[in-house]
Amino acid sequence: MRVIGLLIVIAFGSLLRYGVFFFPEWGDPASPASLHVSPHYIEEATAETAVPNLVTAVLADYRGYDTMFETTVIFAAGLACFMLLRVLQRQVPECRLYRHIPTGITLRIEKGGKLPTESGSFERIDANWVPHDLIIKTTARFITPFLQIFALYVIAHGHHSPGGGFQGGVILGAAIIMFAISYDLRRSIQRIGEQATAVLGSAGVLIYAGTGVLCMVLGADFLNYSALAGLMGVDPVMARSHSMLIVEIGVGVAVSAVMVWIYYNLSSAGRHDEGL
Amino acid sequence: MIWELDFIILTLVIFSGIAAITVKDLLSAAILFGAYSFMMCLLWAIMGAVDVAFTEATVGAGVSTVFFVAAVFHTTRNSKD
Repeated sequence: MRVIGLLIVIAFGSLLRYGVFFFPEWGDPASPASLHVSPHYIEEATAETAVPNLVTAVLADYRGYDTMFETTVIFAAGLACFMLLRVLQRQVPECRLYRHIPTGITLRIEKGGKLPTESGSFERIDANWVPHDLIIKTTARFITPFLQIFALYVIAHGHHSPGGGFQGGVILGAAIIMFAISYDLRRSIQRIGEQATAVLGSAGVLIYAGTGVLCMVLGADFLNYSALAGLMGVDPVMARSHSMLIVEIGVGVAVSAVMVWIYYNLSSAGRHDEGL
Repeated sequence: MIWELDFIILTLVIFSGIAAITVKDLLSAAILFGAYSFMMCLLWAIMGAVDVAFTEATVGAGVSTVFFVAAVFHTTRNSKD
């Protein structure tokens, strides 16, 4: 069986390698891709959309339909994790561990035992993973605001520099995930709940699709942003630039929320109680 | 493009890719996959695709490694079947 598998892999690998010979050279100006629409994008994008970063102009404007469904795919991934993993009935765990904060003593309370009151001198800790590291917690708390500001910068500055909704959204989500790892999952869920992530995830996709529908309502094609010029009070070129920002914000909101949502479900196996 | 740098990074990409699928321990595979993504990110940056490099760094080397580790955390060392 292994030999047959190896033969199939070699056969298809050499087929792919054979196909690569017909590719144009790297950076070849005479390749079909460089002759058809690329010159138009490279020469006209700044004049047509007032966006200096070509990649953003292509991603969010010329190929906006594509990016909308990429965002939808991300949202669908979050939804799939939720559907597959989430355990909705509340299960009481076998035992719970509590740390008495002043003395550092750990209490183990079996199922049915009396749990300590939420007075502040006890904190719940995970049964199999006990991250009690002052350095990690302090560092994470120190870095998080800078990380979030950087994420917002990446989203907002995507017109002028590399970056945009996807990258910024992932960094924003990663900041929250870092908080959840350095403290614990329950504390993170207290701050940004599961419902919030689900609502924000769908809201981001709706912002994107809503911008497109608004263009349709105003009489232009779906996602033809120049139709929004009258609404924004600017000329059609700037309207395209501003609409790209709106769309990028939608992508950023959706991606950051979905990353956190996936992390909640994956790390706790859908129980949202004890996790990584 | 500096071909020596390109060569070193490409070699590292291939080695970490092969190591990620051959290594027995799942956690090591997850970390190796993160290393693979990071090397790919450097390659994109060298080729001038900075946006793609940025995405690879955040999604490939960052969040997906965390997701892999979170999933590996719920596995056991010996399979039950």
